[in-house]
Amino acid sequence: MDLFVNAIVAGLLLGAFYASVSVGLSISFGQLDIVNIAHPAFVIVGSYIAWILNSRFGLDPVLVGVLAAPFFFLAGALIYRIYYAAFERTGQESLSGLAFFFGVMFIIEVVLILAYGVDYRLVSADYLGRNIDLGFVGLPLRLVVPFVVASVMTAAVWLYLSRTFTGRAILAVAQDRLALQLMGADPVKIKQFAFGLAIATTSVAGALLIMIGPVEPSLGRAYIGRAFAIVVLGGMGSIPGMVIAALLIGVVESFVSSFAGPSWAPAVAFGALLLTLAVRPSGLFGRA
Amino acid sequence: MIKRRSFMRASLASGVIALAAASGSLVSFAAQAADPIKIGFSMALTGGLAGAGKAALIAMEIWRDDVNKKGGLLGRPVEFVYYDDATNPATVPGIYTKLLNVDKVDLVVSSYGTNEIAPAMPIVMRKKLVFPSLFGLAVNDEFKYDRYFQIMPAGPEPKIDWSRGFFQLAAEQKPKPQTVAIIAQDAEFSLNAAAGARANAKAGGFKIVYDKTFPSSTTDYSPIIRAIEATNAEIIYVASYPPQSAGMVKAVHEVGLKAKMLGGCLVGLQFASLQQNLGPLLNGIINYDFWVPEPTLNFPGIVEFLKKYQEAAKGKGVDPLGHYLPPYAYAYLQVLEQSVNATKSLDQGKLAAYMHKATFKTVVGDVKFAKNGEWATTRVLQVQFRDVQPDNLEQFAGPGKRIVLYPKAWKSGDIAYPYKQ
Repeated sequence: MDLFVNAIVAGLLLGAFYASVSVGLSISFGQLDIVNIAHPAFVIVGSYIAWILNSRFGLDPVLVGVLAAPFFFLAGALIYRIYYAAFERTGQESLSGLAFFFGVMFIIEVVLILAYGVDYRLVSADYLGRNIDLGFVGLPLRLVVPFVVASVMTAAVWLYLSRTFTGRAILAVAQDRLALQLMGADPVKIKQFAFGLAIATTSVAGALLIMIGPVEPSLGRAYIGRAFAIVVLGGMGSIPGMVIAALLIGVVESFVSSFAGPSWAPAVAFGALLLTLAVRPSGLFGRA
Repeated sequence: MIKRRSFMRASLASGVIALAAASGSLVSFAAQAADPIKIGFSMALTGGLAGAGKAALIAMEIWRDDVNKKGGLLGRPVEFVYYDDATNPATVPGIYTKLLNVDKVDLVVSSYGTNEIAPAMPIVMRKKLVFPSLFGLAVNDEFKYDRYFQIMPAGPEPKIDWSRGFFQLAAEQKPKPQTVAIIAQDAEFSLNAAAGARANAKAGGFKIVYDKTFPSSTTDYSPIIRAIEATNAEIIYVASYPPQSAGMVKAVHEVGLKAKMLGGCLVGLQFASLQQNLGPLLNGIINYDFWVPEPTLNFPGIVEFLKKYQEAAKGKGVDPLGHYLPPYAYAYLQVLEQSVNATKSLDQGKLAAYMHKATFKTVVGDVKFAKNGEWATTRVLQVQFRDVQPDNLEQFAGPGKRIVLYPKAWKSGDIAYPYKQ
């Protein structure tokens, strides 16, 4: 029984972290149709900034993630401008755009390697080694803090997109660009803002990642498949769907690790993805 | 007249001196201008193993500079030709093909690690080259290549020797523990280590109650540790790469694992950055290692080498202490150097024959190879972390933090048993 409950709890904690990595991708890939393969590489940049400011000034990694988010937003907006001018405007975004983001990913990795080397980086904070024990359920703060922060960030993004004018405009640009233009809004500016927002979330996700385990420049590659799978499973562009998909993947991985064997975890998780897509091709919460 | 005679003498003297100087410089110039001996290799300079790969490269460059200061090999300067394999085994065959067919290197050595060494083997074997290799576990078990020489002190039966000491220590405890859990990462190296652990556990009369693998993409290890805990295993053998090792150690503490012995093959616990961050979480863990600053392992040249390495490593974002891989990266080139000097040749057959029979004096001690190219005698250390303090890198530079328990010839202390968190 305790193994069962702990597996669910561990899965939920892990799933919330996956949601923090995927929420930005849900905007850029799910809503803007930009295949930003470099998204996890930006997460790693977030991890490195958390590490630098944590190791040099003792700043809390979550605080660093939040403080750095506006800079990530600006970087994201700038990258979208380049992407738009080079590819989207000329209708070459499908293949050339993908190559562009591959390039961005490799540039990020190489710059991190040249600047900070290839050693493993970790952060320290008083609470990271502590546990909360609720009966037979163990809650390591190393995962609880990312769970809380990821939940708050994802909820904030969802509220922003669903309750504000700009947020609704982002949803609108995903659905009908022409209609948005007729309403007097500039779709390029809206997309630029949305892409900036997507990249801003990686600042916080990166801080959460380095709290969970050591980070090195190429670690982002391990999250490419998982993050895209979560966005697709949740339904392209649906934030609540993405959250449920992330939690589902987290719980399935945790369950399989506990009861069947950890090696089966990715196979079962991706099997669930294929099964869901077979029944609902648009994902859990996607519009058919 | 006197002036004239003096002038003639002075001219003669200066002519002789000039000639001598010219001939000397010509000889020296000839040595310098001689075609360099090119040593080719691939190395993981980006990707998951880059931390180790870059540290290895620093050590190799120290060796190159040391050799060139001594006049090179066979009077020819040594030059490296190397490419980044990006920790991607698929790139390795192409790199070695280019090194041999385009760059025309004279000698080759391996990249770091089992997964990067194995793909180079067919290329190297086709050309019948000697292949000093760096930290490959049981690579030659499949190839059975008689010119393969592996510097990691795994021993003649690498899979078995790797964990022999760990299980021997377990068997010596009273009362003897009975149950074993084996958990290994899905990678060639760790699967080999797990296969050896399985064999040693069976040979030692232990009952294996958990034997599973996990994917490299695992983020949270607590479900795995909880599943192991549910089996009540007394000994837990873990085979994993650095990020996964850190995750495992953290999960062990978060779950509050109650085992009597923990460790085995956690790669990464030898690296200063992880040691510093994990700190006291390491206490009690018994893990493999190859060199630690204990008095029993003070080989000639090792301290001087580490001094050079630590100076060169500054600001390069690699392991600042360099205890694990760098001495062996230096040593496998010392083996090559001593073989070339002894045979006075680059003939691959002569070099291989010499490597099989000689005992090499290196910074990691005396090295003698068995018939299969592994060390003739195993020296996989089992070290136990003791009294490790939080957030202190310097503590690992000296003795007392990683006590050598096995082999007995290098032992520096007794085991603390059972494992306590």
